[in-house]
Amino acid sequence: MKLKLHVWRQKNAKTQGKMVTYDAPNVSPHMSFLEMLDVVNEDLIAKGEEPIAFEHDCREGICGSCSLMINGVAHGPQKATTTCQLHMRTFKDGDEIYIEPWRAKAFPIIKDLVVDRSAFDRIIQAGGYVSVNAGGAQDANCLPVPKDTADQAMDAAQCIGCGACVAACKNASAMLFTSAKVSHLGLLPQGQPERQRRALNMVQQMDKEGFGNCTNQYECEAVCPKEISVRFIARMNRDYLNASICGSGPEKKAGGGED
Amino acid sequence: MSWFKQFAQSSIGAKSAVALTGLAMVGFVVAHLSGNLLVFAGRDAINGYSEWLHSKGALLWVARIGLLAMVGLHIFFTIKLNLHNKDARPVAYVKKTYTKAKPTSRSMVLSGLVLLSYIVYHLAHLTFRVTNPEFAQLDVYTMLISSFRSPMVSLSYIVGMVLLGAHLSHGVTSLFQTLGLNHPKYNPIIRAIGPILGVVLALGFSSIPVSVLFGLVQ
Ligand code: HEM
Ligand code: SF4
Ligand code: FES
Repeated sequence: MKLKLHVWRQKNAKTQGKMVTYDAPNVSPHMSFLEMLDVVNEDLIAKGEEPIAFEHDCREGICGSCSLMINGVAHGPQKATTTCQLHMRTFKDGDEIYIEPWRAKAFPIIKDLVVDRSAFDRIIQAGGYVSVNAGGAQDANCLPVPKDTADQAMDAAQCIGCGACVAACKNASAMLFTSAKVSHLGLLPQGQPERQRRALNMVQQMDKEGFGNCTNQYECEAVCPKEISVRFIARMNRDYLNASICGSGPEKKAGGGED
Repeated sequence: MSWFKQFAQSSIGAKSAVALTGLAMVGFVVAHLSGNLLVFAGRDAINGYSEWLHSKGALLWVARIGLLAMVGLHIFFTIKLNLHNKDARPVAYVKKTYTKAKPTSRSMVLSGLVLLSYIVYHLAHLTFRVTNPEFAQLDVYTMLISSFRSPMVSLSYIVGMVLLGAHLSHGVTSLFQTLGLNHPKYNPIIRAIGPILGVVLALGFSSIPVSVLFGLVQ
Protein backbone atom coordinates (compact mmCIF):
# COMPACT_ATOMS: atom_id res chain seq x y z
CA MET A 1 0.00 0.00 0.00
CA LYS A 2 0.89 3.67 -0.53
CA LEU A 3 0.76 6.12 2.35
CA LYS A 4 1.40 9.80 2.91
CA LEU A 5 3.04 10.57 6.27
CA HIS A 6 3.12 13.91 8.08
CA VAL A 7 5.88 13.61 10.64
CA TRP A 8 7.06 16.00 13.37
CA ARG A 9 10.73 16.80 12.79
CA GLN A 10 12.70 18.67 15.42
CA LYS A 11 16.47 18.74 15.60
CA ASN A 12 16.76 19.04 19.38
CA ALA A 13 15.11 20.48 22.48
CA LYS A 14 16.20 24.02 21.63
CA THR A 15 15.11 24.32 18.00
CA GLN A 16 11.61 24.80 16.61
CA GLY A 17 10.03 21.75 15.03
CA LYS A 18 7.64 21.36 12.13
CA MET A 19 5.58 18.79 10.28
CA VAL A 20 7.29 17.34 7.20
CA THR A 21 5.48 15.24 4.59
CA TYR A 22 6.93 11.96 3.29
CA ASP A 23 5.62 9.43 0.80
CA ALA A 24 5.77 5.77 1.78
CA PRO A 25 5.13 3.98 -1.51
CA ASN A 26 5.88 0.37 -0.55
CA VAL A 27 4.18 -0.54 2.67
CA SER A 28 3.21 -4.13 3.37
CA PRO A 29 0.08 -4.56 5.47
CA HIS A 30 1.98 -7.13 7.54
CA MET A 31 4.54 -4.60 8.77
CA SER A 32 4.28 -3.14 12.22
CA PHE A 33 4.05 0.64 12.44
CA LEU A 34 7.69 0.84 13.51
CA GLU A 35 8.84 -1.42 10.67
CA MET A 36 7.04 0.91 8.29
CA LEU A 37 9.06 3.81 9.77
CA ASP A 38 12.26 1.70 9.46
CA VAL A 39 11.60 1.38 5.73
CA VAL A 40 10.96 5.12 5.39
CA ASN A 41 14.20 5.73 7.26
CA GLU A 42 16.16 3.40 4.94
CA ASP A 43 15.01 5.58 2.05
CA LEU A 44 15.96 8.76 3.88
CA ILE A 45 19.42 7.39 4.65
CA ALA A 46 19.89 6.33 1.03
CA LYS A 47 19.03 9.87 -0.02
CA GLY A 48 21.53 11.25 2.50
CA GLU A 49 18.84 12.77 4.73
CA GLU A 50 18.58 12.54 8.49
CA PRO A 51 16.40 9.53 9.49
CA ILE A 52 13.34 10.08 11.68
CA ALA A 53 14.21 9.51 15.34
CA PHE A 54 11.67 7.46 17.32
CA GLU A 55 11.94 5.38 20.43
CA HIS A 56 11.64 1.58 20.59
CA ASP A 57 13.14 -1.37 22.36
CA CYS A 58 11.27 -4.64 22.86
CA ARG A 59 8.88 -4.28 19.93
CA GLU A 60 6.61 -6.73 21.65
CA GLY A 61 4.45 -4.43 23.74
CA ILE A 62 6.11 -4.86 27.11
CA CYS A 63 8.83 -2.26 27.59
CA GLY A 64 6.92 1.01 27.18
CA SER A 65 9.53 2.66 24.94
CA CYS A 66 7.53 3.19 21.78
CA SER A 67 5.46 6.33 21.97
CA LEU A 68 3.81 7.82 18.92
CA MET A 69 0.76 9.99 18.54
CA ILE A 70 -0.85 8.54 15.40
CA ASN A 71 -3.62 10.62 13.80
CA GLY A 72 -4.21 12.32 17.12
CA VAL A 73 -4.52 9.10 19.14
CA ALA A 74 -1.76 7.87 21.43
CA HIS A 75 -0.47 4.50 20.09
CA GLY A 76 -2.88 4.77 17.16
CA PRO A 77 -6.36 3.50 16.40
CA GLN A 78 -6.24 -0.03 17.79
CA LYS A 79 -7.46 -0.52 21.33
CA ALA A 80 -5.08 -1.92 23.96
CA THR A 81 -2.13 -1.93 21.56
CA THR A 82 1.27 -0.29 21.72
CA THR A 83 2.66 1.44 18.64
CA CYS A 84 5.11 -1.43 18.08
CA GLN A 85 2.27 -3.95 18.04
CA LEU A 86 0.13 -1.90 15.71
CA HIS A 87 0.08 -3.36 12.19
CA MET A 88 -0.27 -1.51 8.93
CA ARG A 89 -3.33 -3.56 8.05
CA THR A 90 -5.30 -1.24 10.33
CA PHE A 91 -4.74 1.46 7.68
CA LYS A 92 -6.00 1.69 4.10
CA ASP A 93 -4.11 2.25 0.87
CA GLY A 94 -3.82 5.99 0.24
CA ASP A 95 -4.27 7.00 3.90
CA GLU A 96 -2.62 10.12 5.27
CA ILE A 97 -1.10 9.58 8.70
CA TYR A 98 -0.08 12.28 11.17
CA ILE A 99 2.75 11.21 13.46
CA GLU A 100 3.65 13.37 16.45
CA PRO A 101 5.56 12.99 19.70
CA TRP A 102 3.88 12.93 23.14
CA ARG A 103 3.32 16.57 24.00
CA ALA A 104 3.67 17.70 27.60
CA LYS A 105 5.81 20.23 29.40
CA ALA A 106 6.98 17.41 31.66
CA PHE A 107 8.06 15.36 28.59
CA PRO A 108 10.47 17.68 26.73
CA ILE A 109 11.32 16.65 23.18
CA ILE A 110 14.83 15.29 22.72
CA LYS A 111 14.64 14.88 18.96
CA ASP A 112 11.85 14.38 16.39
CA LEU A 113 9.49 11.88 18.02
CA VAL A 114 11.63 11.07 21.05
CA VAL A 115 10.70 12.66 24.38
CA ASP A 116 12.37 12.57 27.78
CA ARG A 117 10.14 10.62 30.17
CA SER A 118 12.45 10.66 33.18
CA ALA A 119 9.75 12.59 35.07
CA PHE A 120 8.09 9.17 35.41
CA ASP A 121 11.25 7.70 36.92
CA ARG A 122 11.31 10.45 39.53
CA ILE A 123 7.68 9.77 40.43
CA ILE A 124 8.57 6.09 40.95
CA GLN A 125 11.60 7.05 43.04
CA ALA A 126 9.38 9.18 45.25
CA GLY A 127 7.43 6.18 46.52
CA GLY A 128 7.32 3.17 44.22
CA TYR A 129 8.93 0.72 46.62
CA VAL A 130 8.21 -1.53 49.58
CA SER A 131 10.42 -2.24 52.58
CA VAL A 132 11.78 -5.77 52.66
CA ASN A 133 13.56 -7.30 55.62
CA ALA A 134 16.94 -8.76 54.87
CA GLY A 135 17.58 -12.38 55.82
CA GLY A 136 16.23 -15.72 54.74
CA ALA A 137 13.44 -15.80 52.23
CA GLN A 138 9.95 -16.16 53.68
CA ASP A 139 7.78 -19.12 52.91
CA ALA A 140 5.80 -18.55 49.78
CA ASN A 141 2.12 -17.90 50.53
CA CYS A 142 2.70 -17.09 54.19
CA LEU A 143 0.91 -13.80 53.60
CA PRO A 144 -2.58 -14.62 52.40
CA VAL A 145 -3.83 -12.28 49.65
CA PRO A 146 -7.43 -12.60 48.48
CA LYS A 147 -7.64 -13.53 44.80
CA ASP A 148 -9.67 -10.40 44.04
CA THR A 149 -7.04 -8.14 45.55
CA ALA A 150 -4.19 -9.95 43.86
CA ASP A 151 -5.98 -9.61 40.51
CA GLN A 152 -6.47 -5.88 41.01
CA ALA A 153 -2.86 -5.40 42.03
CA MET A 154 -1.77 -7.31 38.93
CA ASP A 155 -4.06 -5.16 36.75
CA ALA A 156 -2.38 -2.03 38.10
CA ALA A 157 1.08 -3.58 37.80
CA GLN A 158 0.56 -4.04 34.06
CA CYS A 159 1.42 -0.37 33.48
CA ILE A 160 4.54 -0.21 31.30
CA GLY A 161 5.16 3.50 31.88
CA CYS A 162 4.75 4.44 28.23
CA GLY A 163 3.18 7.84 28.92
CA ALA A 164 0.28 7.48 26.47
CA CYS A 165 -2.08 8.52 29.25
CA VAL A 166 -0.27 11.86 29.58
CA ALA A 167 -0.17 12.28 25.80
CA ALA A 168 -3.89 11.67 25.38
CA CYS A 169 -5.03 13.82 28.29
CA LYS A 170 -6.09 17.34 27.36
CA ASN A 171 -4.40 18.49 30.57
CA ALA A 172 -1.26 16.35 30.16
CA SER A 173 -2.09 14.79 33.52
CA ALA A 174 -0.09 11.82 34.77
CA MET A 175 -2.75 10.60 37.16
CA LEU A 176 -3.43 7.27 35.43
CA PHE A 177 0.26 6.32 35.50
CA THR A 178 0.80 7.55 39.05
CA SER A 179 -2.37 5.88 40.31
CA ALA A 180 -1.35 2.56 38.78
CA LYS A 181 2.00 2.78 40.55
CA VAL A 182 0.46 3.90 43.85
CA SER A 183 -2.14 1.15 43.68
CA HIS A 184 -0.26 -1.95 42.66
CA LEU A 185 1.82 -1.71 45.82
CA GLY A 186 -0.87 -0.17 48.00
CA LEU A 187 -3.25 -3.04 47.33
CA LEU A 188 -0.93 -5.72 48.70
CA PRO A 189 -0.08 -6.45 52.35
CA GLN A 190 3.60 -5.89 51.59
CA GLY A 191 2.80 -2.33 50.55
CA GLN A 192 0.90 -1.26 53.66
CA PRO A 193 3.69 0.24 55.81
CA GLU A 194 4.41 2.97 53.24
CA ARG A 195 0.88 3.30 51.92
CA GLN A 196 0.14 6.84 53.15
CA ARG A 197 3.61 8.17 52.54
CA ARG A 198 3.65 6.62 49.07
CA ALA A 199 0.45 8.41 48.05
CA LEU A 200 1.65 11.73 49.47
CA ASN A 201 5.12 11.60 47.99
CA MET A 202 4.23 10.29 44.54
CA VAL A 203 1.43 12.83 44.08
CA GLN A 204 3.69 15.61 45.30
CA GLN A 205 6.38 14.60 42.80
CA MET A 206 3.79 14.30 40.03
CA ASP A 207 2.66 17.88 40.72
CA LYS A 208 6.25 19.10 40.91
CA GLU A 209 7.07 17.67 37.47
CA GLY A 210 4.48 19.98 35.92
CA PHE A 211 1.84 17.48 34.80
CA GLY A 212 -1.73 18.86 34.62
CA ASN A 213 -4.75 17.93 36.70
CA CYS A 214 -7.23 15.23 35.82
CA THR A 215 -10.70 16.47 34.78
CA ASN A 216 -12.21 12.98 34.69
CA GLN A 217 -12.67 12.69 30.93
CA TYR A 218 -10.99 9.29 30.76
CA GLU A 219 -9.13 9.77 27.48
CA CYS A 220 -6.21 8.09 29.25
CA GLU A 221 -8.08 4.87 29.89
CA ALA A 222 -9.20 4.80 26.25
CA VAL A 223 -5.65 4.82 24.87
CA CYS A 224 -3.78 2.88 27.56
CA PRO A 225 -2.21 -0.16 25.89
CA LYS A 226 -2.55 -2.08 29.14
CA GLU A 227 -6.14 -0.93 29.76
CA ILE A 228 -5.34 0.48 33.20
CA SER A 229 -8.68 1.48 34.72
CA VAL A 230 -9.49 4.99 35.97
CA ARG A 231 -10.75 3.19 39.04
CA PHE A 232 -7.14 3.42 40.21
CA ILE A 233 -7.24 7.23 39.97
CA ALA A 234 -10.18 7.25 42.39
CA ARG A 235 -8.21 4.89 44.59
CA MET A 236 -5.19 7.20 44.56
CA ASN A 237 -7.45 10.19 45.36
CA ARG A 238 -8.84 8.19 48.28
CA ASP A 239 -5.39 7.25 49.54
CA TYR A 240 -4.17 10.81 49.16
CA LEU A 241 -7.21 12.31 50.93
CA ASN A 242 -6.88 9.75 53.68
CA ALA A 243 -3.15 10.36 54.09
CA SER A 244 -3.55 14.15 54.08
CA ILE A 245 -6.51 14.39 56.42
CA CYS A 246 -6.07 11.39 58.72
CA GLY A 247 -2.33 10.80 58.36
CA SER A 248 0.49 12.08 60.50
CA GLY A 249 1.56 14.85 58.12
CA PRO A 250 4.50 15.28 55.76
CA GLU A 251 7.19 12.67 55.96
CA LYS A 252 9.99 13.03 58.47
CA LYS A 253 13.35 11.67 57.45
CA ALA A 254 13.59 8.02 58.49
CA GLY A 255 16.71 6.20 59.62
CA GLY A 256 17.31 7.48 63.15
CA GLY A 257 20.42 9.52 62.28
CA GLU A 258 20.65 13.27 62.03
CA ASP A 259 19.00 14.95 59.06
CA MET B 1 -1.14 23.35 59.60
CA SER B 2 1.64 22.65 57.12
CA TRP B 3 -0.25 19.55 56.02
CA PHE B 4 -3.20 21.73 55.08
CA LYS B 5 -1.12 24.10 53.03
CA GLN B 6 0.48 21.21 51.19
CA PHE B 7 -2.94 19.63 50.68
CA ALA B 8 -4.61 22.81 49.37
CA GLN B 9 -1.73 23.40 46.96
CA SER B 10 -1.75 19.85 45.61
CA SER B 11 -3.63 18.80 42.49
CA ILE B 12 -5.88 16.43 44.41
CA GLY B 13 -6.52 19.00 47.15
CA ALA B 14 -7.61 21.65 44.64
CA LYS B 15 -9.75 19.13 42.77
CA SER B 16 -11.43 18.12 46.02
CA ALA B 17 -12.19 21.76 46.78
CA VAL B 18 -13.90 22.12 43.39
CA ALA B 19 -15.86 18.93 44.03
CA LEU B 20 -16.97 19.86 47.56
CA THR B 21 -17.94 23.44 46.71
CA GLY B 22 -19.75 22.05 43.65
CA LEU B 23 -21.58 19.54 45.84
CA ALA B 24 -22.64 22.29 48.24
CA MET B 25 -24.01 24.32 45.33
CA VAL B 26 -25.84 21.25 44.01
CA GLY B 27 -27.52 20.93 47.42
CA PHE B 28 -28.60 24.55 47.18
CA VAL B 29 -29.86 24.21 43.60
CA VAL B 30 -32.00 21.18 44.49
CA ALA B 31 -33.53 23.00 47.47
CA HIS B 32 -34.03 26.13 45.37
CA LEU B 33 -35.91 24.18 42.69
CA SER B 34 -38.16 22.52 45.27
CA GLY B 35 -39.05 25.98 46.61
CA ASN B 36 -39.58 27.51 43.16
CA LEU B 37 -41.94 24.77 42.04
CA LEU B 38 -44.39 26.09 44.64
CA VAL B 39 -45.31 28.60 41.96
CA PHE B 40 -47.48 25.84 40.49
CA ALA B 41 -49.29 25.52 43.82
CA GLY B 42 -50.57 29.04 43.44
CA ARG B 43 -49.87 32.61 44.50
CA ASP B 44 -50.21 32.05 48.23
CA ALA B 45 -47.93 29.00 48.35
CA ILE B 46 -44.88 30.69 46.86
CA ASN B 47 -45.52 34.03 48.56
CA GLY B 48 -45.79 32.24 51.89
CA TYR B 49 -42.55 30.39 51.20
CA SER B 50 -40.82 33.68 50.38
CA GLU B 51 -42.13 35.31 53.57
CA TRP B 52 -40.96 32.35 55.61
CA LEU B 53 -37.45 32.64 54.09
CA HIS B 54 -37.30 36.37 54.74
CA SER B 55 -38.49 35.92 58.33
CA LYS B 56 -35.20 34.10 59.02
CA GLY B 57 -33.30 37.39 58.92
CA ALA B 58 -29.69 36.82 59.96
CA LEU B 59 -29.86 33.11 59.13
CA LEU B 60 -30.76 33.93 55.53
CA TRP B 61 -27.71 36.15 55.27
CA VAL B 62 -25.46 33.45 56.69
CA ALA B 63 -26.74 31.09 54.01
CA ARG B 64 -26.30 33.70 51.28
CA ILE B 65 -22.76 34.55 52.30
CA GLY B 66 -21.89 30.88 52.63
CA LEU B 67 -23.23 30.21 49.17
CA LEU B 68 -21.34 33.13 47.71
CA ALA B 69 -18.19 31.81 49.34
CA MET B 70 -18.82 28.44 47.67
CA VAL B 71 -19.14 30.14 44.28
CA GLY B 72 -15.97 32.15 44.95
CA LEU B 73 -13.91 29.16 46.06
CA HIS B 74 -15.23 27.01 43.22
CA ILE B 75 -14.12 29.62 40.70
CA PHE B 76 -10.80 30.28 42.44
CA PHE B 77 -9.79 26.63 42.38
CA THR B 78 -11.03 25.97 38.83
CA ILE B 79 -9.03 28.94 37.56
CA LYS B 80 -5.95 27.69 39.40
CA LEU B 81 -6.36 24.18 37.99
CA ASN B 82 -7.07 25.40 34.49
CA LEU B 83 -4.06 27.71 34.31
CA HIS B 84 -1.94 24.81 35.48
CA ASN B 85 -3.49 22.53 32.84
CA LYS B 86 -2.81 24.99 30.02
CA ASP B 87 0.75 25.29 31.23
CA ALA B 88 1.21 21.51 31.21
CA ARG B 89 0.81 21.34 27.41
CA PRO B 90 2.59 24.36 25.96
CA VAL B 91 2.73 23.01 22.38
CA ALA B 92 -0.59 21.81 20.94
CA TYR B 93 -0.96 18.75 18.74
CA VAL B 94 -1.27 19.39 15.02
CA LYS B 95 -3.90 16.65 15.01
CA LYS B 96 -5.77 15.51 18.12
CA THR B 97 -8.69 13.11 18.19
CA TYR B 98 -10.87 12.70 21.27
CA THR B 99 -12.15 9.21 21.85
CA LYS B 100 -14.01 9.26 25.12
CA ALA B 101 -14.51 12.84 26.36
CA LYS B 102 -18.11 14.04 26.08
CA PRO B 103 -19.18 17.50 24.86
CA THR B 104 -20.41 18.30 28.39
CA SER B 105 -17.08 17.42 29.96
CA ARG B 106 -15.13 19.34 27.32
CA SER B 107 -17.14 22.52 27.82
CA MET B 108 -17.04 22.82 31.62
CA VAL B 109 -15.21 26.14 31.53
CA LEU B 110 -17.65 27.55 28.99
CA SER B 111 -20.77 26.31 30.79
CA GLY B 112 -19.27 27.52 34.07
CA LEU B 113 -18.61 31.02 32.73
CA VAL B 114 -22.09 31.32 31.28
CA LEU B 115 -23.44 30.18 34.67
CA LEU B 116 -21.39 32.89 36.36
CA SER B 117 -22.90 35.60 34.17
CA TYR B 118 -26.30 33.99 34.69
CA ILE B 119 -25.85 34.12 38.47
CA VAL B 120 -24.90 37.81 38.35
CA TYR B 121 -27.94 38.63 36.19
CA HIS B 122 -30.30 36.47 38.26
CA LEU B 123 -29.25 38.09 41.55
CA ALA B 124 -29.57 41.57 40.07
CA HIS B 125 -32.93 40.71 38.57
CA LEU B 126 -34.85 38.81 41.27
CA THR B 127 -32.85 39.09 44.49
CA PHE B 128 -31.63 42.70 44.56
CA ARG B 129 -34.16 43.81 41.93
CA VAL B 130 -31.92 46.46 40.41
CA THR B 131 -32.83 45.66 36.79
CA ASN B 132 -36.50 46.43 37.53
CA PRO B 133 -36.72 48.79 40.56
CA GLU B 134 -40.54 48.61 40.48
CA PHE B 135 -40.25 44.94 41.65
CA ALA B 136 -39.42 46.15 45.15
CA GLN B 137 -43.10 46.65 45.95
CA LEU B 138 -44.32 43.44 44.33
CA ASP B 139 -44.91 40.01 45.82
CA VAL B 140 -42.80 37.16 44.44
CA TYR B 141 -45.62 35.60 42.44
CA THR B 142 -46.51 38.81 40.58
CA MET B 143 -42.84 39.56 40.01
CA LEU B 144 -42.24 36.13 38.41
CA ILE B 145 -45.26 36.35 36.17
CA SER B 146 -44.50 39.85 34.94
CA SER B 147 -40.82 38.97 34.35
CA PHE B 148 -41.36 35.77 32.45
CA ARG B 149 -44.00 37.25 30.15
CA SER B 150 -41.02 38.81 28.39
CA PRO B 151 -39.65 36.24 25.92
CA MET B 152 -36.14 37.69 26.23
CA VAL B 153 -36.08 37.31 30.00
CA SER B 154 -37.56 33.81 29.82
CA LEU B 155 -35.10 32.80 27.15
CA SER B 156 -32.10 33.95 29.16
CA TYR B 157 -33.32 31.92 32.14
CA ILE B 158 -33.88 28.85 29.99
CA VAL B 159 -30.42 29.13 28.42
CA GLY B 160 -28.91 29.51 31.89
CA MET B 161 -30.69 26.41 33.16
CA VAL B 162 -29.81 24.27 30.14
CA LEU B 163 -26.16 25.13 30.76
CA LEU B 164 -26.58 24.35 34.44
CA GLY B 165 -27.86 20.93 33.35
CA ALA B 166 -24.89 20.46 31.03
CA HIS B 167 -22.41 21.55 33.73
CA LEU B 168 -23.87 19.17 36.28
CA SER B 169 -24.35 16.22 33.96
CA HIS B 170 -20.55 15.92 33.88
CA GLY B 171 -19.88 17.63 37.20
CA VAL B 172 -21.99 15.51 39.52
CA THR B 173 -20.75 12.20 38.11
CA SER B 174 -17.22 13.54 38.10
CA LEU B 175 -17.21 14.66 41.73
CA PHE B 176 -17.59 11.06 42.92
CA GLN B 177 -14.41 10.09 41.07
CA THR B 178 -12.58 13.17 42.43
CA LEU B 179 -13.52 12.25 45.99
CA GLY B 180 -12.35 8.69 45.43
CA LEU B 181 -15.75 7.03 45.09
CA ASN B 182 -15.50 4.55 42.23
CA HIS B 183 -16.66 0.97 42.62
CA PRO B 184 -17.92 -1.42 39.95
CA LYS B 185 -20.98 -2.17 42.06
CA TYR B 186 -22.06 1.49 42.19
CA ASN B 187 -20.57 2.85 38.97
CA PRO B 188 -23.76 2.45 36.91
CA ILE B 189 -25.58 4.68 39.42
CA ILE B 190 -22.70 7.16 39.61
CA ARG B 191 -22.51 7.39 35.81
CA ALA B 192 -26.26 7.97 35.59
CA ILE B 193 -26.76 10.41 38.44
CA GLY B 194 -25.06 13.41 36.76
CA PRO B 195 -27.03 13.28 33.50
CA ILE B 196 -30.30 12.49 35.34
CA LEU B 197 -29.86 15.34 37.81
CA GLY B 198 -28.79 17.68 34.99
CA VAL B 199 -31.91 16.92 32.94
CA VAL B 200 -34.26 17.08 35.95
CA LEU B 201 -32.85 20.44 37.07
CA ALA B 202 -32.84 21.96 33.60
CA LEU B 203 -36.42 20.83 32.91
CA GLY B 204 -37.63 21.67 36.41
CA PHE B 205 -36.31 25.22 36.43
CA SER B 206 -37.23 25.90 32.80
CA SER B 207 -40.80 24.73 33.39
CA ILE B 208 -41.49 27.98 35.24
CA PRO B 209 -40.64 30.52 32.50
CA VAL B 210 -42.10 28.18 29.86
CA SER B 211 -45.41 27.89 31.72
CA VAL B 212 -45.65 31.63 32.17
CA LEU B 213 -44.74 32.28 28.55
CA PHE B 214 -47.52 29.99 27.33
CA GLY B 215 -50.02 31.40 29.81
CA LEU B 216 -50.35 28.17 31.80
CA VAL B 217 -49.54 30.09 34.96
CA GLN B 218 -50.87 33.62 35.19
C1 HEM C 1 -20.25 30.31 38.91
C2 HEM C 1 -19.62 29.93 37.87
C3 HEM C 1 -19.02 28.56 37.71
C4 HEM C 1 -17.85 28.33 37.07
C5 HEM C 1 -16.95 29.38 36.42
C6 HEM C 1 -17.61 26.91 37.13
C7 HEM C 1 -16.54 26.26 36.57
C8 HEM C 1 -16.24 24.94 36.74
C9 HEM C 1 -15.11 24.26 36.19
C10 HEM C 1 -14.09 24.92 35.24
C11 HEM C 1 -15.11 22.98 36.65
C12 HEM C 1 -14.05 21.93 36.41
C13 HEM C 1 -14.44 21.14 35.23
C14 HEM C 1 -13.55 19.99 34.97
O1 HEM C 1 -13.07 19.34 35.91
O2 HEM C 1 -13.39 19.73 33.79
C15 HEM C 1 -16.27 22.82 37.46
C16 HEM C 1 -16.66 21.64 38.08
C17 HEM C 1 -17.84 21.47 38.78
N1 HEM C 1 -18.82 22.43 38.99
FE1 HEM C 1 -18.73 24.34 38.42
N2 HEM C 1 -18.64 26.30 37.80
C18 HEM C 1 -19.55 27.29 38.16
C19 HEM C 1 -20.75 27.11 38.82
C20 HEM C 1 -21.21 25.90 39.32
C21 HEM C 1 -22.51 25.72 39.96
C22 HEM C 1 -23.56 26.82 40.12
C23 HEM C 1 -22.55 24.41 40.34
C24 HEM C 1 -23.61 23.66 41.06
C25 HEM C 1 -24.85 23.98 41.15
C26 HEM C 1 -21.31 23.77 39.93
C27 HEM C 1 -20.99 22.46 40.16
C28 HEM C 1 -19.83 21.84 39.74
C29 HEM C 1 -19.49 20.48 40.01
C30 HEM C 1 -20.33 19.47 40.80
C31 HEM C 1 -18.24 20.24 39.42
C32 HEM C 1 -17.48 18.92 39.38
C33 HEM C 1 -16.35 18.79 40.33
C34 HEM C 1 -15.50 17.58 40.02
O3 HEM C 1 -15.22 17.29 38.87
O4 HEM C 1 -15.11 16.88 40.97
N3 HEM C 1 -20.51 24.70 39.31
N4 HEM C 1 -16.95 24.03 37.52
S1 SF4 D 1 -1.16 3.89 32.63
FE1 SF4 D 1 -1.24 2.94 30.57
S2 SF4 D 1 -0.89 4.67 29.17
FE2 SF4 D 1 -0.23 5.35 31.21
S3 SF4 D 1 1.96 4.89 31.31
FE3 SF4 D 1 0.91 3.11 32.17
S4 SF4 D 1 0.64 1.72 30.42
FE4 SF4 D 1 1.14 3.71 29.54
S1 FES E 1 8.84 -1.05 21.82
FE1 FES E 1 8.52 -1.97 23.79
S2 FES E 1 6.43 -1.59 24.10
FE2 FES E 1 6.68 -0.89 22.08
